[in-house]
Amino acid sequence: MSPAGRFQKKMFKLENISKVYKIGTFGGKELVAVDDVSFDINTGEVIALIGESGSGKTTIGKMILRLIDISSGKILFNGKDISKNKSRELKEYYRNVQGVFQDPFSSINPIFKADRIFETIKVEFYKDVPPFEWNNKINEALLRVGLNPEHILDKYPHQLSGGQLQRFLIARALLLDIDFLVADEIISMLDASTRIDVLNLLADLREAGLSILFITHDLSLGYYISDKTVILYKGRIAEIGKTEKVFNNPLHPYTRMLLESVPQINKRWDQKLVSFKKTTIEPSNGCVYYDRCTHPKKNEQCLDRKPGLLEIEKDHFVNCWHIK
Amino acid sequence: MSLSVENLTVYYQTLQGPVRALENACFSLADGEIMGLAGESGCGKTTLGLSLIYLSERMRYIQGKVVLSGTDIPIWDHTKMDTYRYKYISIIPQYAMSAMNPTRKIGKMVHDLISARCIDFEKIKPEFLRRLGLVKLSEDILSMYPIELSGGMKQRMVMVISSLLNPELLIADEITSALDVSTQKAVAEMLVEFRNRKFLNSMIVITHDISVLYQIADSILVMYAGQLSEKGPKEEIIENPLHPYTKLLISSLPKIGMKINEKRLSGIPGKPPLLLNPPEGCRFRDRCPVGFEKCKEVPPFIRIKDNHYVACWKVSKKDV
Repeated sequence: MSPAGRFQKKMFKLENISKVYKIGTFGGKELVAVDDVSFDINTGEVIALIGESGSGKTTIGKMILRLIDISSGKILFNGKDISKNKSRELKEYYRNVQGVFQDPFSSINPIFKADRIFETIKVEFYKDVPPFEWNNKINEALLRVGLNPEHILDKYPHQLSGGQLQRFLIARALLLDIDFLVADEIISMLDASTRIDVLNLLADLREAGLSILFITHDLSLGYYISDKTVILYKGRIAEIGKTEKVFNNPLHPYTRMLLESVPQINKRWDQKLVSFKKTTIEPSNGCVYYDRCTHPKKNEQCLDRKPGLLEIEKDHFVNCWHIK
Repeated sequence: MSLSVENLTVYYQTLQGPVRALENACFSLADGEIMGLAGESGCGKTTLGLSLIYLSERMRYIQGKVVLSGTDIPIWDHTKMDTYRYKYISIIPQYAMSAMNPTRKIGKMVHDLISARCIDFEKIKPEFLRRLGLVKLSEDILSMYPIELSGGMKQRMVMVISSLLNPELLIADEITSALDVSTQKAVAEMLVEFRNRKFLNSMIVITHDISVLYQIADSILVMYAGQLSEKGPKEEIIENPLHPYTKLLISSLPKIGMKINEKRLSGIPGKPPLLLNPPEGCRFRDRCPVGFEKCKEVPPFIRIKDNHYVACWKVSKKDV
């Protein structure tokens, strides 16, 4: 696809989605994991969903994959509400949308050989494909993710390395000719020398037209690969926009703090000590970042009323009262 | 000099034979030095850290000498080591999140731990509370169970417990890996603060994340497949690495401000050898871009210039 033609077509539209969990012994309390999040994902686009633990980034990925229900709001895939998908349509949906998760070893049953996961796909989606053709298809998918089928097939999960397994799982997703991949922290378990290969692989797949939701807590990885960045804090979007704009001109106090805290090998931390954060799960009427905010203009308004996403420049939105 | 390690070799006993996890490690630490120990998973960095304090059942001491502040440490003798553990050499273990006994209140657990070393807990308590305050934990925490604490709080708690008896050497194993970036920064800086306040003399920080080491360490030691590759001041290692493995490793790290369509980074092709029957000579040989015939012999870990040691036949004093 030509660069100009890319990003034209909307693939996913997330409309004000929220996820509320009932907690406490009798489910009397509520925990808002995702609060009123909206963004679009276009064809051939890589979106980095960045946040710390508990920010709701994995929850959003799971809602897109329909692994958990949405409490309110809608997710539209090519204009169709995915929560209405029933058995047949749901299967069709999974033919287009797949996920790969953080720990490859717990994604695969250790009792069976790893390539058993291909067999399940064949039984479910490709019943009519003759075995010979199917084997070719598997080999092709493995080669595409940079694995040598001879070294990989007929092995148990513990005989493969983390990087190999992670690529193996991507190959499984590719067998279905997917349009969209949810990649949830897929490289945080890998070693430095292999993680960049998996990252480059994602970039190559993007070139071939795949859209990716790249969920990570590592800002440098997000910057390396993504077109658009979403910064999440406690279930709400703090800042969203084109990757270059968010990283080169961070506006939300939270994004700034994150960027200052990332350890880098070309920049030393400034000597300003960050204090340990307090974790509260009290529901808040105002800005969720209020407790930790260091903005000089922080005031009553922040505590009482939710700020909304405001477009500061083209393709760059910030969720803060004091950024104009 | 605080710590000196000579020819330390430790294997793991398995049914298939010995796993050569640590081979001829030679290095030293100056007083007050924070040394980062970096490498990929399975390179033997945790084995090196553990062997200085606690040889587990499967670990076999083969040879080597460890001297801490002028005293020989009998690391091969499980019982004799009891005198040194915690008081002189202490460790913040990997997965400190699950390092605390879940069935005991934290205060009670620390009390037991200190009493087991024949020290009166009441005497040490004021200092203990002062240090808790330093890492922003309140006294209430002592009557809580570990499950009531968040990951970052547990990590800080274990840091305080491990360094309570002012050890000569503290080993911190992957302590920032499971934390959020902001907590990671706070914990890492607290380690430096502990050193500056002389809660400990020198420290070995084990991590796979070189960028954290660049922030807090004084020197970095890089390991590959059980062998030491390079040790030097952190600026030297990051900006001017000499060993081919370090060079490739550093260049594969993405930095903020680097996008794939501007600069495509590459990883290191191949994978580390199995340590059950590792190849003779330099173990990086198969993946090394400059490997040659001589690499079938183990290269010595030699000093190239002040405090900069490299184990590679292709690197010599002339190159500097």
